Amino acid sequence: MAEQLHAMLSLRGLTRRFGGLTAVDAIDLDLARGELISIIGPNGAGKTTLFNLVTGLDRPDAGTVRFEGQDITGLSPERLAAEGIARTFQLGRVFGNLSVMDNVLIGAHTRLRAVKPAVPVIGPLLELGLALLRPSSVKAEEERLREEVRAILARFGERLLPRIDQPAYSLSYANRRRVEIARALALKPRLLLLDEPTAGMNPTETAEMQALVAELKAEGLTILLIEHKLEMVMRLSDRVIVMDEGKKIAEGPGEQVRTDPKVIEAYLGHGLSGAAEQESAA
Amino acid sequence: MSSWLDYTINGLIVGNVYALVAVGLALIFGVSRLINFAQGSIYLVGAYIGWVAVVQLHTPLPLTIIVVAAAAAVVGLIIERFGLRPLQNSVRIAPLLATIGISFVLDQLVMLTFSPNPRALPSQLPDVRFQLGGGTIGPLDLLIAGVGITSALLLFVFLRYSKLGWAVRAASQDRDAAMQMGVDVNRVNQAVFGIAAALGGVSGMLVGMYYNQIDTAMSLQATLKGVVAEVVGGAGNVPGAVIGSLLLGLVESYGVAVFGTSYRNLFAFLLLVVVLVLRPNGLFASARQAPPEPLTGTFIAPSRPVRIPRWALAVAAAGFAILPFFPVSFYVLQTLINAWLLGMLALSLTLVAGTMGQVSLGHAALLAIGAYTSALLSLTLSVPVGLAVIGGGLVSAALGTLLISPSFRLRGHYVSIATLAIGEIVSLVILNWESVTRGPIGISGIPPLSLFGYDLISPTSIYWFSFAVMVVLALLQGRLLGSHLGRSFRAIRDDDIAARAYGLSLNRYKSLAFIFGGFAAGVSGGIAAHLYSYINHETFNTQQSILALTVVILGGLGNVVGAIVGSVALVGLPEVFRIAAEYRILIYGIVLLLLVRFRPQGLLGTI
Repeated sequence: MAEQLHAMLSLRGLTRRFGGLTAVDAIDLDLARGELISIIGPNGAGKTTLFNLVTGLDRPDAGTVRFEGQDITGLSPERLAAEGIARTFQLGRVFGNLSVMDNVLIGAHTRLRAVKPAVPVIGPLLELGLALLRPSSVKAEEERLREEVRAILARFGERLLPRIDQPAYSLSYANRRRVEIARALALKPRLLLLDEPTAGMNPTETAEMQALVAELKAEGLTILLIEHKLEMVMRLSDRVIVMDEGKKIAEGPGEQVRTDPKVIEAYLGHGLSGAAEQESAA
Repeated sequence: MSSWLDYTINGLIVGNVYALVAVGLALIFGVSRLINFAQGSIYLVGAYIGWVAVVQLHTPLPLTIIVVAAAAAVVGLIIERFGLRPLQNSVRIAPLLATIGISFVLDQLVMLTFSPNPRALPSQLPDVRFQLGGGTIGPLDLLIAGVGITSALLLFVFLRYSKLGWAVRAASQDRDAAMQMGVDVNRVNQAVFGIAAALGGVSGMLVGMYYNQIDTAMSLQATLKGVVAEVVGGAGNVPGAVIGSLLLGLVESYGVAVFGTSYRNLFAFLLLVVVLVLRPNGLFASARQAPPEPLTGTFIAPSRPVRIPRWALAVAAAGFAILPFFPVSFYVLQTLINAWLLGMLALSLTLVAGTMGQVSLGHAALLAIGAYTSALLSLTLSVPVGLAVIGGGLVSAALGTLLISPSFRLRGHYVSIATLAIGEIVSLVILNWESVTRGPIGISGIPPLSLFGYDLISPTSIYWFSFAVMVVLALLQGRLLGSHLGRSFRAIRDDDIAARAYGLSLNRYKSLAFIFGGFAAGVSGGIAAHLYSYINHETFNTQQSILALTVVILGGLGNVVGAIVGSVALVGLPEVFRIAAEYRILIYGIVLLLLVRFRPQGLLGTI
């Protein structure tokens, strides 16, 4: 109970079925403020579906999601972004025809105030008018956000800054992942969900990404991480959750999870340890 | 009660004809995730080949059916091989645009070969009626039902038991996996297009015989009806398409029974919009499907827009502004006035289709709303013309956005279908709402353009007025694209799921794009009404929507300067080369096809 009181994000019995398949099966999870939890598990274990349920892209069949004490189950992704939940996508969903700058500025969309006054009913029309007229308050806000974006991009060294005006489709795969993370940071998230941030990256790039995530954690950001690279998971995580076939099969500190027989079985295959041995021998 | 039985039988028979079109559409969608907007054109081709066979060659009925099916299948194979196969690896918007282009080319070819006048296509069956309950049924009714049921059965057997049928089903479940397992997907596509075209052609011929009349307007109607039936049944679902067709036939038949013939299509399109809103995956799809696969920036071809320096644009604008001081003919000014009016429509469409990614096929409806509003405001309420035109823009913005709003949750092809249907609904409401719109008579005696009490009657003053309005709209749109709204619109176009995850509400931003675009189109329609002095429900038709779409693609999707360059090119070049009016639509269709194939980013590039 005490744990639940302090939890920033807490999932209870979260379930999602696709036809006969239960992709996410009664998952419980508590994430405290400032904590970093990694979710690991074989492909198809339901990790990304779990992310979709937390960020509102998909609705659970059962169970609840609470964020900062409020029930947010089934709220729209737009609402959840405004609540301060940012995520990256497994396949790197950048806006291909937008420049790096514009991609990251979209991340700051929920923080627009001057050009997006919170007025009911005529709010959208005011937004259109302000966008066309551009009074000094709107210009100042836009300039401030552009400065912020440059500061965020600077965290990636020389990877993105020189390409700030290039369209995202022209970037390398690794750079697209970086743009996604920069976009998520521009939201100033309270909770950050990273879906395989190092997928497709070489060891140098992975090390850079690992250092960045460690920095974000040190700054106090609360992070939920899906990752396959166990070395990175072990170094960064306060706790690790292992999923297999939609279920949580283990939870705890990295070292403890690593030696859990159920986890080893899930990774090496169900009763196919012979095949797995051959694989590890190769 | 007996008449109800009659209406039911009639509904089922008409539905059965729709099924022949819809099954073809469903097969094609199942295999290539493509709604074939050219299906109605094949239906048209089938009807005219049937006419040639029956009237000129005097073939007996079984031979007629075989000839029509074979010829239509050949057309289908040609479309697949030369129109669509080259686009297999291109962006999703390309095949959508290609089928629209193909449909226009085929329709125009038929029109040029056979003239647009309706022809009689006599039924080759004896004219007897059998009593059935309180109603009657003729041999042609039975033949249509027979062809429908037989082809459905044959198709079922083909799909279930033949090797190629297995391949079709495999390819429709997972194209890539089927390819890896050695299925020749090109051959599957050929088979599917051939079958779909044969079914479409035969149904065109049967409907021609049923009404004993064929004309070139059949094409668009058939596409619309087939698409409605297919979407109602669930895109790609063959049995669903049959049931959807019968349902559509019944809904129309009962609607006609209660409200009258002119309401027939209104019911079809309302059914479509209701289904799209409530069950976009069709009546028979499971309500909640797995979330769609991510597709990043694949709807629109990536490109770098051509940057034109501001001074060059200013010089060009100044050049056009002082043009009337030079000794140019009335004819040149008139042509350019048309280009400026089209330019306003293209600005609107390039924002909606290009910047926002909502490929609207019913954009002429916005012109019509603006034109009727402005005409009625100035005629019945004596509002000064200048204000009436602005009123037309505002009403078009508001009403257009309201009408299109049910489709805001749809994507890609579905948006095009919904906008096409909504465009038709607007035209039908104008036709039927006689107390306000004067129905089929149209509105005449619309006062000429005037500004601050001065009538604009000379070509020079009209030229300046329309040019100035277009330039102001273009500048405003450029400013919009440079604001946070421009990037928000483009983000939603490139990946609406990622956009939503960052707090962008699709309803809010699609509304804003349609409000802005609706205003520009409404102003264009308003000005046109006062120039023409007479408008009716056919003044602003689908051809204009397609012309605007071709302009937008020629200039570059989302590209403001491109929209204007494209308008001048497509209005001006046919005049320069003195191309006869009847060939123009054909040329627009060919231009659209060539662009999609060879320069999808247009002249100035996508923004």
